[in-house]
Amino acid sequence: MKGLSRRSFVKIGVVAGGGLTLGIAWKATSDPGLPETDATWAPNAFLRIDADGTITVMIPRAEMGQGVTTALSQLVAEELDVEWGQVSFAFAPAHDAYGTMVTGGSTSVVESWRPLREAGATARQMLSAAAANRWAVSPDEVTTRQGLAVSGDGTTIAYADLAVEASLLDVPQDVLLKDPSEFSIIGRPVARLDVEAKSTGRAIFGIDAGPPETRIAMVARCPVFGGTVRSFDATAALAVPGVGEVVQIESGVAVVANGYIAAKAGRDALLVDWNEGQAATLNDAEIFAHLGTEARVSGRTVRDEGDTAATLASATSTHQAVYRLPYLAHATMEPMNCTAWVHEGRCTIWAPTQFPNGPAIIGGGARQVAAKAAGVSADNTDVHTTFLGGGFGRRAESDFVQEAAEIAGMVEGPVKVIWSREDDMQHDFYRPASYHELVASLDADGMPEAWDHRMAMQSILERLMPGWVPGTVANFAGKRDPTSTEGASDHPYAVPNAHMTYAKVDLPIPVGFWRSVGHTHTGFVVESFIDELAHSADQDPYAYRRSLLGAHPRHIAVLDAVAEAADWGSPAPEGRARGIAVVESFGSYVAEVAEVSVENGRPRVHRVWCAIDCGTVVNPRIVQAQMESGIIYGLTAALYGEINIEGGRAVQSNFHDYQMLRMNEAPTIEVVLAPSGDAPGGVGEPGTPPIAPAVTNAIYALTGERVRTMPIRLG
Amino acid sequence: MATFTVNGERREISVPGSHPLLWALRESLGLSGTKFGCGVGLCGACTVLVDGQPTRSCQFTVDRAEGTEITTIEGLTADGPHALQEAWIEEQVPQCGYCQSGQIMSAAALLSEGAPTDTDIDTAMSGNICRCGAYGAIRRAIHRAAEIQAQRDATDSTPVGGSDDR
Repeated sequence: MKGLSRRSFVKIGVVAGGGLTLGIAWKATSDPGLPETDATWAPNAFLRIDADGTITVMIPRAEMGQGVTTALSQLVAEELDVEWGQVSFAFAPAHDAYGTMVTGGSTSVVESWRPLREAGATARQMLSAAAANRWAVSPDEVTTRQGLAVSGDGTTIAYADLAVEASLLDVPQDVLLKDPSEFSIIGRPVARLDVEAKSTGRAIFGIDAGPPETRIAMVARCPVFGGTVRSFDATAALAVPGVGEVVQIESGVAVVANGYIAAKAGRDALLVDWNEGQAATLNDAEIFAHLGTEARVSGRTVRDEGDTAATLASATSTHQAVYRLPYLAHATMEPMNCTAWVHEGRCTIWAPTQFPNGPAIIGGGARQVAAKAAGVSADNTDVHTTFLGGGFGRRAESDFVQEAAEIAGMVEGPVKVIWSREDDMQHDFYRPASYHELVASLDADGMPEAWDHRMAMQSILERLMPGWVPGTVANFAGKRDPTSTEGASDHPYAVPNAHMTYAKVDLPIPVGFWRSVGHTHTGFVVESFIDELAHSADQDPYAYRRSLLGAHPRHIAVLDAVAEAADWGSPAPEGRARGIAVVESFGSYVAEVAEVSVENGRPRVHRVWCAIDCGTVVNPRIVQAQMESGIIYGLTAALYGEINIEGGRAVQSNFHDYQMLRMNEAPTIEVVLAPSGDAPGGVGEPGTPPIAPAVTNAIYALTGERVRTMPIRLG
Repeated sequence: MATFTVNGERREISVPGSHPLLWALRESLGLSGTKFGCGVGLCGACTVLVDGQPTRSCQFTVDRAEGTEITTIEGLTADGPHALQEAWIEEQVPQCGYCQSGQIMSAAALLSEGAPTDTDIDTAMSGNICRCGAYGAIRRAIHRAAEIQAQRDATDSTPVGGSDDR
């Protein structure tokens, strides 16, 4: 086979469940070639066309609900000129041909927009050329439609019948992409490719994957963060029927058995003496006291315009507020799990992972982590990515992959590590707790004159990249962390004197990317504070925002769209009030209005309106679903979400004390798509940040109580 | 050791009677459509029908299953998609999809009692968590399934060749 697509430069998006793409060009050490394939024709790594007529889009991203298998297939199908029903998908193997395979930062469509369209267009052009050769006409005389090459006289040949001939042709270097006005698949609400499998129980998630003889392992981990195994006694565990082996691994002690219940019983019987380490006395009070102190004394300046200190000092009055946000667990519906088999020098992984393949400099993805843990090379490690039962950033980590590979390296046969819900909740990489002090002064017209923001929290980047080459990430080298401050250090409101500091705080709580990352807290803080200033100036919160967003027409457009949808100026029904918020994140602009009442001292969110400008819409139905999803996710956190730390461990353990929003509490959500036509932005995360402030702003409008600590507790 | 009927087929399994039905279905019978979510009956991902009743299979032991008729997502209908599955596809309900077997099984029990109101849906479905927040779509799809079911019932009760409204 000839005509391989070469990518000598791989763009590295830092391990992200969301957040950022640092966008560093990374020279691959060698040409990775293409993954092995048995396709009739694989014109590039993203597409295979088989003689039996199947057209398969290879998906290098994780499907965790955001519809990526469908959206990416739409990009290919559009340019390939096939009908939607002709396309199927498969998850791509972990391979360097796809570069860094990380699903995070709402980047899947953003970063695939050109390459996947080019993949389709390249194949279409080669199929046209193959048809032209067969008909002995000029390629200009061949058109394509619905998976067919069509000659000037209307004769057709199916793509499948041209695949072999096309595979012999040179790959064109320049391909012409369609003008958006020609799109017939991009922008349409085509049916998702994964819905039937997910409605019949046939979709294979990580917990369902692996060979039939796979055994189950459960791991005892130190309940205190950072603790280690001092010693253990496996006698009782080994006496449990079905338990095979007990082995020590880096994260704790693993019990391998012939089923989940036996593995769990074995783990319950295990006696482990933990060295709990230095975190063993840590609690919330200490954490927040520390965050507050650090915010006041140790912050580095991340924004400085005008003279904020002098303006505040000379102001006749100032408006001050302190906001506190807790640690949050991801709580994916599918608990962490991974299957590994180390056999004849190869390691095979089946994993629900957001990060199958990545460069060693940031510790690698699942493939590299598994290889190291199993003691084989990455070249001898295969990763089969399954459907993910939720991701939200948690599955950008590879801790569960490491556990499976380590255990599989020590025992015979395939092993699946399954975490209980309690394991999952108490050994997460949490959304960091944060502390924010804000002070502002207003001018004679009530407009902000000065805005000072001091925040403190742990750095996600520092945990992920302790070995990161100094200087390659300018912000990080300056002890900044854009995943902490994004959305606040660059908030869109016009303020002549603006100052912000970020105090990077070291605490032994594992932190990671959580749906919308920095925007989960900065969205709440900025959109609460601007609301406070609007009320302080006795102005309408929508009009006030609007007047400060002159340089940001896309913010204004979604604000206007949501205000119109919610009929903002009209009175809310008796006993209810509305709140508004707007946040740009991951290249998309989202404004939300929440209509709230208070019943028995608890807020109840009845309706939410949402307007999104994600530039270009690939699938409106998926965008709508992602907005609904992001809103419910953010609302769950606002109403309930809190991981408390006591004795250096997570207090919450299951859905009784870490509650989820349920059907009977779910608001009616109306989504307005207001695309600007700009390049696509993300949609997986941007729905989340505005909802918490929209709700608390509504609570203020209703009750006069300003909620500054999450989750919401009234009175 | 227990004997029960699963999706219309008599099955005998040899795990201890104290084991949860969930793991017997998944590990002994290879029916992986029923999902593990919380292990304590709080999330509904493991919902199956036991003698027609929606049941959290992580909390229902194998010995209690003795002699019962169990329906899992794999056996929801003997032929073709269930009205719920048709509606689920029409409304494009699933996102990550992990909770959907449990959602559909809870909805199946609800739908078997006739067309539900929104309040009925709240009552029947609030035991099933959807972390992707597809609640709005689930609600729409249950209403739609009730319509599909009603159409099917009307067709079934129409004598062959006897429809006068075409």
